[in-house]
Amino acid sequence: MTETASAAAAGDSAADAEKLLEVNNIEVIYNHVILVLKGVSLDVPKGGITALLGGNGAGKTTTLKAISNLLHSERGQVTKGSILYRGESVADLSPEQLVKQGVVQVMEGRHCFEHLTVEENLLTGSYTRRDGKAAINRDLDMVYTYFPRLRERRKSQARYTSGGEQQMCAIGRALMSNPETILLDEPSMGLAPQLVEEIFEIVKKLNEQEGVSILLAEQNTNVALRYAHYGYILESGRVVMDGTASDLRENPDVKEFYLGVAEDGQKSFRNVRSYRRRKRWLS
Amino acid sequence: MSANFLYTIEVILNGLMAGVMYSLVALGFVLIFKASGIFNYAQGVMALFAAMTLVGIQQGQVPFAHLINAAFGTKIHHFGWTVPALMAILLTLVVMILFAILVERIVLKHLVNQEPIILFMATIGLAYFMEGMGDLMWGSELKTLDIGLPSGGSLWLEEATVGWGAEGSGFYGLFIDKLDIVATGVALALVISLTLFSQYTKTGRALRAVADDHQAALSVGISLRKIWVIVWAIAGFVAMVAGIMWGAKSGVQFSLSLIALKALPVLILGGFTSIPGAIIGGLIIGVGEKLFEFSIGPMIGGATENWFAYVLALVFLIFRPQGLFGDKIIERV
Repeated sequence: MTETASAAAAGDSAADAEKLLEVNNIEVIYNHVILVLKGVSLDVPKGGITALLGGNGAGKTTTLKAISNLLHSERGQVTKGSILYRGESVADLSPEQLVKQGVVQVMEGRHCFEHLTVEENLLTGSYTRRDGKAAINRDLDMVYTYFPRLRERRKSQARYTSGGEQQMCAIGRALMSNPETILLDEPSMGLAPQLVEEIFEIVKKLNEQEGVSILLAEQNTNVALRYAHYGYILESGRVVMDGTASDLRENPDVKEFYLGVAEDGQKSFRNVRSYRRRKRWLS
Repeated sequence: MSANFLYTIEVILNGLMAGVMYSLVALGFVLIFKASGIFNYAQGVMALFAAMTLVGIQQGQVPFAHLINAAFGTKIHHFGWTVPALMAILLTLVVMILFAILVERIVLKHLVNQEPIILFMATIGLAYFMEGMGDLMWGSELKTLDIGLPSGGSLWLEEATVGWGAEGSGFYGLFIDKLDIVATGVALALVISLTLFSQYTKTGRALRAVADDHQAALSVGISLRKIWVIVWAIAGFVAMVAGIMWGAKSGVQFSLSLIALKALPVLILGGFTSIPGAIIGGLIIGVGEKLFEFSIGPMIGGATENWFAYVLALVFLIFRPQGLFGDKIIERV
């Protein structure tokens, strides 16, 4: 557990670091009627890994899409609150402009371009870049160094690669845009525990060595809290708790409801209730 | 060689040439379908519109002449100049690109993430709009399109092959229309350049990415709106080429837009998502209908060319609905 201790220490120092992304009390409505987020606020510090935790339908993906402005193409709208990136509102930016500013999303469920080869997939990630072939090739090499498996599979069509390779391909593709912040949506989905561990290790390395800030949405609370510095817990569209990863890990409620261990070391199914303590905005 | 055998060869060759013409139309459908999942009903009308515009520009017609004359009591029809063919083609291309931009601005932008059937309905509306627009701009009379493409039988080929038949067999050499030969060359060049473009350029790669997954393309910063303009502009270009070839062959008038119907069986055969499929599908239909007409037609009273392609398409729909080269339809559960 030494590595997690150091991660937690880094988290404490990151708390004072510069805020890269600020989400202030946003409300999101789909199709003009379906209210999904009912006031979510969070900060992503520069150089940190921030986790967004919660069960199905809690609003993790919607939060990420609200930030990357992918909501519009799904008929969703931010109706209240504001999202600031480096102090400037992102409301009027297209996803393309956001990528150019350094915010890129890795979507839930991989979404690789099936008919393109792995290398072509990676290269599409550099679509918005204007800094020349040499720089792009350098980054391609960097991605292959982090994900050696992708180098082996570079000529195969993405649809014939395994789920883990597709997840790596999706992360690598996002890296190719030379991002400052990656919004990483559920990288563990449908992967074997060992592979999840492998991918999180690489994400952590990217964060430490390349200085990429990461906002991570995850259902796998256990893994996420081991790699993240700071965490927010979402429940039906609201942030119900936040704190440094180490605090959250030790919190008895988190232990019971999200990590599946009660005080006596056993999960009590008898008193299952959901945890609803609202964060107070106007304190 | 027996005359019958030589006739068969001639029929096959002519079938191939006719097939190329079908493929040209089918190509436009495939391009748009691949990139945006839209079956573009307006493709045939786009070909007609492009051909009309080309003739109009070339002959120095005043666009909307009838409208202007009716409104202001003037009697203008022509500017009084003619534009060289190449220049007219370039100007037509500009018009088609403007059209692509307008379609994106006015129609597609508002229909993002809608069901394919809704987009399909929108293209039906677009087809009727363009048809009327074409008539309004350039008049609805039959026009001849002449941009200096060679036409008529290829005497050279006839002379070279006349010796193949036996003495007194009545065989005068293989007959192929020169226009068909040109069309083949053009189609070949078009397919090669489209393939190179989509395989080896950054924009081509982005086009294929959008065809695979709209959302993911957005997430990596590819602008769907820009890509759709590019796709519709390319489809407009292909429609123009098809319009030129068919217009030169059979004149520019309303029935030109109906060639789109002949492209449908080609698409069903080749698969909606495959560029090579569009070509090979066209060739199979072309050769198939000519051979059928030649060999079986006389037994059942002829005129089989009108329906053969559709029956063949029906057979394909029953036994291989994804077409020869289309993606296998796999339902995942």
